[in-house]
Amino acid sequence: MSSLLIAEQVLNGLQSGIMLFLMAAGLTLIFGVMGLINLAHGSLYMIGAFAAAAVAGATGSFLLALVAALIAAACAGAIVEMVVIRRLYHAPHLDQVLATFALILIFSEGTRWVFGSFPLFLDIPEALSGPVTLPGGIQYPLYRLALIGAGLAVAAGLWFLTARTRIGIQIRAGENDREMIAALGVDISKLYTLVFALGAGLAGLAGALVGAIQSVQVGMGEPVLILAFVVIVIGGIGSIKGAFIGALLVGLTDTLGGIFLPELFKLFMAPDAATQTGSALASMAIYILMSLVLIWRPSGLFGVRL
Amino acid sequence: MIGERYLNLLVLAALMAVPLWALAADEPFTITLATRAVILALAAVGLNIALGMGGLVSLGHAVFFGLGGYAMGILASHAQSYTPLELFGLTIEGTKSMPVIWLTAIIISALAAWGIGLLSLRTSGVYFIMITLAFGQMFYYFAISWSAYGGEDGLSIYVRNGFPGLNTLVPIEYFGLCFAVLCLALLLNARLQGSPFGLALNAARQVPARVETVGLDPMRLKLLAFVLSGAITGLAGALFADLNRFVSPTMFSWQLSGELIVLIVIGGVGRLMGPVIGACLFVTLEHWLGGITEFWHVFLGAILLLIVLFARGGIVGLLTGKEGPHV
Repeated sequence: MSSLLIAEQVLNGLQSGIMLFLMAAGLTLIFGVMGLINLAHGSLYMIGAFAAAAVAGATGSFLLALVAALIAAACAGAIVEMVVIRRLYHAPHLDQVLATFALILIFSEGTRWVFGSFPLFLDIPEALSGPVTLPGGIQYPLYRLALIGAGLAVAAGLWFLTARTRIGIQIRAGENDREMIAALGVDISKLYTLVFALGAGLAGLAGALVGAIQSVQVGMGEPVLILAFVVIVIGGIGSIKGAFIGALLVGLTDTLGGIFLPELFKLFMAPDAATQTGSALASMAIYILMSLVLIWRPSGLFGVRL
Repeated sequence: MIGERYLNLLVLAALMAVPLWALAADEPFTITLATRAVILALAAVGLNIALGMGGLVSLGHAVFFGLGGYAMGILASHAQSYTPLELFGLTIEGTKSMPVIWLTAIIISALAAWGIGLLSLRTSGVYFIMITLAFGQMFYYFAISWSAYGGEDGLSIYVRNGFPGLNTLVPIEYFGLCFAVLCLALLLNARLQGSPFGLALNAARQVPARVETVGLDPMRLKLLAFVLSGAITGLAGALFADLNRFVSPTMFSWQLSGELIVLIVIGGVGRLMGPVIGACLFVTLEHWLGGITEFWHVFLGAILLLIVLFARGGIVGLLTGKEGPHV
């Protein structure tokens, strides 16, 4: 196994991790501020991808497609928050799970109704297609590199928003004591809608960005949603820093496990059996990682002690 | 408003009457539908022990359903191909006998529930929901990548397994068998609710601190409830696999876990017959709405949303006028 291959896989892992972060950041923010578990976050990811595919198909512009994904998902998020989610803030977790599960059913089948069951395709823009040669002679797709860059830029922007702006202060205050900031004159329900729309927009953006390297289809959001859950369980619910570290860990474990575990088992098993066992174990690797983190720290790496 | 006891008897009588009517009218498909409802009800009765009594919102109960299914699939496929199963140096003969398969399904799912419970119960609330969901996915992906037993394509069993004294290939006889198992599980559930264990579990759901003060360990109570719950759902999985004569990784899918919770909530959380009513309604809706439109999940979603927002006690709550236990 060459070091070039390893470097390439590490980059792949980083790329999938950073896209996961965009999903996980919204989830963890929504949980941190509103205390809400949102299963429908994957549907917002799907809405972003579909909006991007539709707009790209109509206009041919990838940039417009990204803007459309962001706006469509954020608007869908805001509407859902005002119509349904708002009633659930004080409800038990079971109700939140069920209501957002119902939203998934409605969104998924509704999208299938409108767009049909066949996957749509979103093309990588001309300027970002093709490989690029990195130092060390690694050939790597430019678009994936751009995804890493875009994700890091969003992460930096999110950090700036929460740490340095007035809205960010309100969001962080809302996490700690919602009654107090309401008493200080912040319109808490507007703030909640805003946070929800922000998380939804991030999910939609991730959907559109990833949609260009995978196919855009109904049900694309749920596998990512569950990975994002794993991420925030590892990182600690409510912590954006935790979501970032967790996302990178999960992305790298998932990608590298698929390559290295079968090789590792070949050292002491017959090749056939090794490939079988290795790939079966690789598909479970992130969940094993999650269990280990939980045994060590039940509330995640950066979570508040329960 | 009617009493819950009468409602329960009424539901069981109706559930038994439908296939008998179908037998008379010669509509075997309706019997199969009723069997499906009974088996889903059994799975949900299992989940209801963890969810309704223990307050454990497990979004990964499909794990046990799938394990039960694969217990049946693996044993029957070895019997079908006359090859023994080699496991850690042990040689196990395949079997086509339901009682043996059921026992295996129960033991395996109970063991899995013990392991998963031990890890997941270290946490609570949202963490618990997400972790059980993640364990469900873990088994799902494992089943997909494990090509020895069909991988993504699943396993087909050509002939339904046998039960001493019954011809399980006759739809009504298989229905009767499943119905009897469901009744036993309901009986167990009813006994459990009045038992010291059930009372302690209820208390552990509501005020864990007080339960601890009187010298009981809430964690152990919940773990036991989770194991019992997983074992019953596993048994339902074995029955379900035998109904379809097919096992596939979709039995592990998280949608199924979600649907099991949906069944309970439609019927009524923590009610004895909640899961049964929910399963009957679900199968009826699936068949009826599914016949009208391909996109029936939209309507299921809408109904579910209305129940969650406006009718918290589910159908049992609506009919008896009493709110159920809070989870």
